[in-house]
Amino acid sequence: MIDRLRQAAQRVLAFLRKAPLDADLDAELAAHLEFAIEDNLRRGMSPMEARRQALIRFGGVMQTTEQHRETRGLPWLDVLIQDLRYTFRTLKKDRSFTLVAVLILALGIGANVAVFSVVDTILLRPLPFTQPERLLWIAPPNSGHNLSAATYSVDAYEDLRAMNKSYEDVTGYYAFSAPDNVKLTIGNGEPVPLTAIGVAGNFFRVLCVKPELGRWFNDQETRTGGQVVMLAYPLWKRTFGGDRDIVGKAIQLDGKPNTVVGVLPESFDFGAVFSPGARVDMFGPINMDDIRFQGNTLTFIGRLKPGVTLGQARSEAVALFPKFYWGKKYPESLGAYKDQGWPVPLKQHVSGDLRRSLIVLWSAVALILLIVCVNLSNLLLARAAAHNKEFAMRMALGAERSRIVRQLLTESLTLAIIGAGFGLVMAWALVYWLAHQGSIALPLLYSVRIDTAALVWTIVIALATAVLFGLAPAFRMSGKDIQGTLKDSGQGASAGRHHERIRTALVVSEIALACVLLVGAGLLLRSFLRVLDVDLGFRPSNAVAIRIDYNDGNKAEKRAAILQEILRRVDAIPGVETAGISDNLPLERNRSWGITAKGADTKHERSTGNFVYVVTPGYLRAIGMRLRDGRDFRWDDATAGKEQVAIINQAGAEALWPGENAVGRIANTGGTDVRIVGVIDDVRESNVEGKPGVQTYLPTTSAQFGPEDSSLVIRSKLPPGALSADVIRALRVVNPQQPASELRPIQQIVDHATSPRRFFMVLVGSFAGLGLLLASLGIYGVISYSVTQQTKEIGIRMALGATAGRVQIGVIRRTLILALVGMGLGAVASLAVAKMIASLLYGTEPTDPMTFAGVAVLLGLVALVAGYLPARRASRVDPLVALRTN
Amino acid sequence: MGDSKLDLLQGTLDLMVLQTLAAMGAQHGYGIARRIEQVSGDEVLLNQGTIYASLVRLQQRGWISAEWGTSENNRKAKFYSITRVGRKQLAEDAAYWQRLSGVMGRVLSMDKQGGR
Repeated sequence: MIDRLRQAAQRVLAFLRKAPLDADLDAELAAHLEFAIEDNLRRGMSPMEARRQALIRFGGVMQTTEQHRETRGLPWLDVLIQDLRYTFRTLKKDRSFTLVAVLILALGIGANVAVFSVVDTILLRPLPFTQPERLLWIAPPNSGHNLSAATYSVDAYEDLRAMNKSYEDVTGYYAFSAPDNVKLTIGNGEPVPLTAIGVAGNFFRVLCVKPELGRWFNDQETRTGGQVVMLAYPLWKRTFGGDRDIVGKAIQLDGKPNTVVGVLPESFDFGAVFSPGARVDMFGPINMDDIRFQGNTLTFIGRLKPGVTLGQARSEAVALFPKFYWGKKYPESLGAYKDQGWPVPLKQHVSGDLRRSLIVLWSAVALILLIVCVNLSNLLLARAAAHNKEFAMRMALGAERSRIVRQLLTESLTLAIIGAGFGLVMAWALVYWLAHQGSIALPLLYSVRIDTAALVWTIVIALATAVLFGLAPAFRMSGKDIQGTLKDSGQGASAGRHHERIRTALVVSEIALACVLLVGAGLLLRSFLRVLDVDLGFRPSNAVAIRIDYNDGNKAEKRAAILQEILRRVDAIPGVETAGISDNLPLERNRSWGITAKGADTKHERSTGNFVYVVTPGYLRAIGMRLRDGRDFRWDDATAGKEQVAIINQAGAEALWPGENAVGRIANTGGTDVRIVGVIDDVRESNVEGKPGVQTYLPTTSAQFGPEDSSLVIRSKLPPGALSADVIRALRVVNPQQPASELRPIQQIVDHATSPRRFFMVLVGSFAGLGLLLASLGIYGVISYSVTQQTKEIGIRMALGATAGRVQIGVIRRTLILALVGMGLGAVASLAVAKMIASLLYGTEPTDPMTFAGVAVLLGLVALVAGYLPARRASRVDPLVALRTN
Repeated sequence: MGDSKLDLLQGTLDLMVLQTLAAMGAQHGYGIARRIEQVSGDEVLLNQGTIYASLVRLQQRGWISAEWGTSENNRKAKFYSITRVGRKQLAEDAAYWQRLSGVMGRVLSMDKQGGR
């Protein structure tokens, strides 16, 4: 054993010291021969004969040296280096081939590594918490990311904590905090709007997120809330310069001192996990009593006890949830959550929806890689054809087949590794860009990076591609009958037909693969366009929003006056068409209450959950919602002593008073009777693609329904930049404390909501484009090559009277036949693939004829162009020149 | 291979070289080769050159050592000598060969003695 190790080490040393060892051996062998010659002379041979005999007995100096080297050194490495040298020399000579090959590989491998990183981050890697597999998200079944339907009341929260036996603990966060809901003032600076999220005091303990500095919320803070916050890492770095003494200091939030008790670690990004694309700056403990009767506002997250299974937790939930009250103050609310609790792994909640999309994306890049391999095989075959004779000659001289395969594989491996290197750089750039796209609402996207897993993946892919695209040409080349090759392409003969058949097959499969990609991308594009076409129920264009701030001392009359004043001043700004205020914007966040239609028969009252918005008169017009029936609010609605009023949407009217006119009816919501004064067209409140839910709009003038936040919506043709200064000035007249927030185009909110679909569409689309490009290169390569090979034939035909046009048509026809066969195969495969991605489509059939026809036309055109260029060259062949050359 | 000369089995050359060095002391490559030829009565088919692959292998395993020196007729040559480890290895290998050849001898002579 030690001998072996010693020998291995010696071999490595010997390999590194080749020159001195060779010199040493030469001297030794020379001495050997001298001794032998001397001996022979002594035996009486002539000097000539002595030397000859000595050499015969020795048996070949070259062989001995070679054998010596093989024994002492690392022969396989010698061969490898030899092959590498040869490869680099030939690659350098074939510069354009190398360039194209490396570029194609870099694109293919780069796309794969980048997508792998995304898939790995969102789908494969565990969540950045301790023992994340024991964390469960508890929500009504199939509620997805619609938080309005996934929240519970405080009383239910407390009951669940007290009654369950499955969880170590249950926590949650307040689901409806608006962005920029607190103002931070440092010294005498302007207030900075920040986003704070209220969490149950045990939130970080249950997730097991260890603070970077300081501590978790303590028991007392957990019970009563309090003026304490934990800062998110980016805010701490950005605004407090990473001050390590921040813990224990007080910061001014909304004019009140709040003590910083801790700083969260960099690895914890609330937004990335729970509300993709959102920035969250700090966390405060919820005082449960404050929100006890606000409705369903808490999400549930539980940490399973060790040994408890998901199944057990589910059965427990089924048994337990019917026992909860919406509010214990209302005994009739017992059972409000029957069948409304269904635990799923947190990871599934975070990335479950994306699973299919990501798998499609992954498959798309895998197809790209396949096309890359086919394309390279093709290129290599064409190139190998040029080197055909060289290889045949080497084999004739005694090179083994394995040796030639090995050399060709070394070549493809070298290409793959260089390609992978560039691909990695591309992937890095792409991933960096993706990770900094705050506007894409995909979970965890910020943490996408090229890590060890991605590097390993790169290596695996590079090796796989090298073998895939290198093997076929390698065996084809080495498997040739030498005689045929040496004779082939001699005088007058055209290229070997067999060779071309393989290349043709490769191109056809390339076209088929590209066809599948294009159909997939086309369907996704159609779906995306359909989504953009959806009637949102409001008009996002030419509207902007800004969060406003005012102090009404919680009095409705005062609030109405302030808001009216704000709107009067904003309306007066030149260029402003109209303005209005709402506490929540569509597609951004929601809260829900119950609503019940009042009728004579209380036994048969219809009731449903609904989304509630508290709005000013004019808001509906400002955001572009359409009144179908009745009227908008007035400033004197619902003021002291007057009847409470509400506006509902079409879905609400249908749900509560099916087939009847809702205007003038009475409903009960939030514990108050309201008269319906208007009905509006449905608004997509939670997402663009889903069905709109029941919505109720209540007036800000009412004392019953306090708005929590206020967003001012302004309709104006002016760009936000031009409007901003005037608006802030107007707002500061009313409230000097108004922070200088940006005016956000409403379109931005819509874009954010559609960003995941856009993201996938753009990526799959670019991959399809890449596939098309590669396929067209493939077609061009094959046709162009065959034209070159047939130059002589074409020359003869033209000499015999064929016209340029006929020659052109011949070449183009061949191209189109290739394309048609490829498209035919591709269409069949596409149908199968389209069926598989049907669930990702929106308003588009998987067999969408438009898409299929479009792809066929596109591929046909591309094939035409790819074939036309060589065809033109063919038609310009000069018969004289063609026949004379070679 | 040749009809009259013995082809060497894998590893036998190494053993011969070790034994030669153990018996003769320090020796150069030509000397070792000649010695083996003489002792074998020129029965072994040996290209003298092949001895060098064997020498470098034994050297890398630490069983022999090499040093440039001067021969009796004043010529520079590389002299090999067996090391302590080499002697141990030689003893082991020799014992193994002895046993093997004994067994082979018995097996091959079986026909004559035990046949019907």
